[in-house]
Amino acid sequence: MTEAILQVRRLSKNFGGLAAVDDVSLDVEVGQLHAVIGPNGAGKTTLINMLSGDLSASAGSILFRGTEVARLEPERRSRLGVGRSYQKINIFPGFSALENCRLAAQSREPRPFNWLRSAMSYEAILTNARQALSAVGLANQADTGAATLSHGEQRQLEIAMSLATDPKLLLLDEPLAGMGTEESSHMIELVSGLAQTHAILLVEHDMDAVFRLAQVLTVMVNGKILASGSPEAIRANREVQIAYLGGADDSL
Amino acid sequence: METITLPRAALIVSVLLLAAFPLIAATFYVQLGAKILIMAIFALSLDLLVGHTGLVSLGHAAYFGLAAYVLALISPKYEAASFWFTLPVAMTAAAAAALIIGFLVVRTAGVYFIMATLAFAQMLYSLFHDTKLGGGSDGIYITVRPDLTIAGIKPLDLEDPVQFYYLALLSIIAVYALLNQVLHAPFGRALAGIKANESRMRSIGYPVFAYKLGAFVLAGALAGLAGYLAACQFGFVNPEILAWHQSGAVLMMVILGGIGKLHGAVLGAFTYVLLQEVLSAPTLLGTYAKHWQLALGSLIVLIVLALPHGLAAWIERAGGWHKRKHVSGAAQVSHD
Repeated sequence: MTEAILQVRRLSKNFGGLAAVDDVSLDVEVGQLHAVIGPNGAGKTTLINMLSGDLSASAGSILFRGTEVARLEPERRSRLGVGRSYQKINIFPGFSALENCRLAAQSREPRPFNWLRSAMSYEAILTNARQALSAVGLANQADTGAATLSHGEQRQLEIAMSLATDPKLLLLDEPLAGMGTEESSHMIELVSGLAQTHAILLVEHDMDAVFRLAQVLTVMVNGKILASGSPEAIRANREVQIAYLGGADDSL
Repeated sequence: METITLPRAALIVSVLLLAAFPLIAATFYVQLGAKILIMAIFALSLDLLVGHTGLVSLGHAAYFGLAAYVLALISPKYEAASFWFTLPVAMTAAAAAALIIGFLVVRTAGVYFIMATLAFAQMLYSLFHDTKLGGGSDGIYITVRPDLTIAGIKPLDLEDPVQFYYLALLSIIAVYALLNQVLHAPFGRALAGIKANESRMRSIGYPVFAYKLGAFVLAGALAGLAGYLAACQFGFVNPEILAWHQSGAVLMMVILGGIGKLHGAVLGAFTYVLLQEVLSAPTLLGTYAKHWQLALGSLIVLIVLALPHGLAAWIERAGGWHKRKHVSGAAQVSHD
């Protein structure tokens, strides 16, 4: 039996009169990659923002490893083991790639009151940061300024920062957005590798990637879940084909 | 790995020059030197917030002035208070005020933070200006300066301007070293992260509010040290030392020198106080000296326009240190 690391129940977010996310329930299990797809404006990013705590939920519950986290601040959820990447690149552009990850790793052992030792002298933290960079293939860019990395590398760095916090669950918001073919296939490989060791909730528009990576797919339309199930089941679902793909099934 | 370090040689030479200064200077200039050093401590404390945490406070004089008032209020009328008792009390009072005010204002951001810090500082100003607590608008005299005697030994006599100067010099060296240490420690790196991208810091697990509050309290305590020394030097406190002019002046020092650089704050304080002295000296400028604020303001505007990154960056470039820093410091530098 697998256990659900994340249980979302009847989660909603209202912006004024608009229900951006409406009564969404889903589970992410240990060792599972659960993809959320849907057209623009379906509420996918809003959902991720509620799971990470960047947005507060209007209603509903989020159980992460048995703890109710729906009202917790993002930093508390991060320390419980929720890591995330952002659709719009969100890094420390003025710092080196290594420093981006080192700061993330430092958050696990912050030592805010030890002013005698330089931050660079904590070997264990530096090692974690370097490992996170290696895991995404940026080991030889450690000293490069984050702002001068290519778009694809910045996306990798974004994921490395999450990894440096040693998360149990990764929330990845469109990691392939704006990437070229080669960068994309590199990233797909990376995510597929991470899926061996982490529970992942992935929001992505690239259907090829989603069907290659996901064990479970949830389709959202207008804030609601339209269907959820295995990739085969979703591919065969007539409702999904009509609502999401305008009836044409060739792209699925 | 930081932007904030001058080449060590330049620092050592500066300290030696400052230490030698009283040997050649007349008393008036030694007193002016001590005043500058005290304002530089004040500017350093504000730069921790403005330059290293991204919190632009327009009420920093509150902690400076509060510590000064605490010294005046707890000093006996006709004898010397103990330095070792009054300094910790004054700094603790400043830190406590920063903790309470910080708790209320640090959650706000941008212009709201500026307004909130200003508002609290003005409340403190009114407290001392409009009540008899601190002698009202007349203030209080500190007739005898605190005594440094400890275990029967008196290392420095604060009634002597030269010895007072050395206390100020020791203080600024201690504050500079402390801040340099803090900024390189995990705490300081986290502050740099908060300044660069606060929401990302939260999503990688930092309790940003607590970090900002910590910086606010530390900055308040160090501003308190500066205020205590200022009260010692002038032997007098009045509400003007915690008025918003004072908060504005110290902010200008930080901007003038170059925010986010410790030596920038020191340079800014030197430049500001010296300009103020020169422009308000009737012996130099006759009746024009009455309008020193106009001249000082115009000069500051010109300097900031010509050197948007401050005097420190300009001197670094002139000294060729800028380039070397980039080679050795890779890319960890903050955004200037």
